[in-house]
Amino acid sequence: MLELKNITKTYNPGTVTEMCLFKDFNLKVRDGEFVSVVGSNGSGKTSMLNIICGTIPIDSGDCLIGGESINEQKDFVRYKKIGRVYQNPSMGTCPNMTILENLSLADNKGKHFGLGKGVSKKRIEDYKEMLSALGLGLEDKLNVKMGSLSGGQRQAVALLMATMTPLDFLILDEHTAALDPHTADIIMELTDKIVREKKLTAIMVTHNLRYAVEYGSRLVMMDKGHIVLDVDGVKKHETKVDDILDLFTSISIECGN
Amino acid sequence: MLDMIIGTVTQGLIYALLSYGIYITYKILDFPDLTVDGSFPLGAAVTAVLLIKGYNPYLTLLFAMAAGALAGLATGLIHVRLKVRDLLAGIITMTALFSINLQIGGSNLSIERAIDTIFTAKPTMLLFGSVSLMYRKLIVAFIIALIFKLLLDAYLKTKSGMLLRAVGDNSALVTSLAKDNGRVKILGLVLANALVALAGAIVCQEQRSFSATMGTGQMVFGLATVIIGTTLFRRLDFVKGTTAVVIGSILYKACIQIAIIAGLPANLLKLITAVLFLVILVVGGMKGKVTQGA
Repeated sequence: MLELKNITKTYNPGTVTEMCLFKDFNLKVRDGEFVSVVGSNGSGKTSMLNIICGTIPIDSGDCLIGGESINEQKDFVRYKKIGRVYQNPSMGTCPNMTILENLSLADNKGKHFGLGKGVSKKRIEDYKEMLSALGLGLEDKLNVKMGSLSGGQRQAVALLMATMTPLDFLILDEHTAALDPHTADIIMELTDKIVREKKLTAIMVTHNLRYAVEYGSRLVMMDKGHIVLDVDGVKKHETKVDDILDLFTSISIECGN
Repeated sequence: MLDMIIGTVTQGLIYALLSYGIYITYKILDFPDLTVDGSFPLGAAVTAVLLIKGYNPYLTLLFAMAAGALAGLATGLIHVRLKVRDLLAGIITMTALFSINLQIGGSNLSIERAIDTIFTAKPTMLLFGSVSLMYRKLIVAFIIALIFKLLLDAYLKTKSGMLLRAVGDNSALVTSLAKDNGRVKILGLVLANALVALAGAIVCQEQRSFSATMGTGQMVFGLATVIIGTTLFRRLDFVKGTTAVVIGSILYKACIQIAIIAGLPANLLKLITAVLFLVILVVGGMKGKVTQGA
C-alpha cells in the first residue's frame, strides 16, 4: 500500500513566485488498485508522481510504502520497486542502443551491473515473445536502434521495460499524451493488459477523460492540489465521461482556463 | 619519407589511447572533460619519475594509469557530489593538476638513454629485438593500442559497460533502473582518465622527456580525433567507435605532420591544432553538439 500523508509542498518559497501546491495532501492507494488521475494543468498530478518517485523533495509530510516511510530514500533507490513510463516516448529508452540492449538493461534492473555479459543470449527468445505480444512487429527488429522507431513503438518498449521486473508500483505519467489517437489506444490497451496480467498496482495520470473512465479501478480528479473526486468500485463503474467532464469544466473555469 | 610515415602512424597509435579516453567521456558520457589536459602530463610525470628511480617501465604504466584514475575520480566527485558543472569540474582538476605535476616532475625531466623504456626493455627486445627501434616503437604502439581497443570493446558489452552507455544516452533511464547515475558517470571519468594518463606515460617513454606543459591542447586533440573518426565512419555501422577513433588519431597526426612539412614553424603547432579542430567541427556538422556541451 502507498500512502501520502499530510504532504506539504511549496514551490519557490520566499519569492514572489511562491506557490503552495499541496497543503496537508492525503492519498492512499491499496495494493492491486489501478488509479486514474485527471485534472487540469497545474493541479499537481505530475508533482504528486514526482513526490512518490522522489524526484522532487517535500517540505513536510510522509510518503509511505507498506507502512514504511521512504522519505529518506533517494530517487534511484525508490525505483527498485517502482516502474515509470513518461509522457515523452524517448525518456523510457536509450535511443542509441538497440532494442535488445535496452531490454537487457531493463531485465537486469535491481541486480548488479558487473562485468558479466550485457546481453544474455538465453533470454533472446523470451524477449522476442514479449515483443511479439505487443503486436507491433518488433520481434524481428531486436538489433535495430531504439531511436529509429516511431513514438508508439518506443512507448510500447518503454512500457515493457518498466514492467519487466517485479514491481510495487507502476507509474504512468501521461504516457499516451504524445501519441496519435490510434497509437494511444493501442498503448492504453497494452497497459491495461500488462497491469491485469502482472496484477500491478498502478497510478496513471492522464488528460484523456475517456481512458480515465474506461480503464482502471478507481478515478481521482485533482484541482489545485486537492482531490475533488475520488470514486472506485461500482461507483467508478457507473461514472460516465460526461459526468466528470462537467466537473472538470467547472473547476477549469474557476481557474480561468 | 617512409620514416616519417612510420613515425606519424606510431604517434597516432600512441595517442589513440588518449582518444579512447575522450571517446568515453565525450561520445559515451556526453561530458566535455577538460581534466585531460592535466591527467595526460600527470601520467607522463609519474612514469618519468619512476623510470628515473629504476622501476620496471611496464610497471610505471600501471602507476600512471592509477594516477590518471584518481584525477578522473576527483573531477567526477566535484561534478556529481559537489554539483559543479561538467566543464568547470574538469577545469578545476586540470588547474590543480598543473601544480601537482610540477611537484611530481618539475617543469622538465629527461630520461637518459641508459634507462630502459617499454620500447627497449627486455620482454620487448626478446620478441622484437631484431628490428630497428623505429619499427619496434610502431609494433609496441600497435599492440598496446590494439589491446586497449579490444578491452574497451569488450567492456562496453558488459552490464557495467552498457550502463555507462545508457547514462550518456538517457540518464533518466539509469535512474529508472534503480542505479545512481552519478556513480556511473564517475566510473566513466575514472576509466577515461586512466587511459589518458596511460597515453601521457607512453608518449613520455617514447620521447624520453616530460614537460609540465605537454598537456596543453590534448583535450582538443582528442576531441578532434573522436569527431574525425566517428564522422568518417558514421554510415558504416560495422566499424566500431574505437576503431574509428584510432583511424581519426592517425589521420589527425598526419595532418599536423603535413603542416610541419609544408614549413609551418613548430611554435604555431597549437594554433594549427585549434584551427584544424574548428575546420573539423564545421565540416563534421557537429557544431550544435559542442556549443551545447560548452
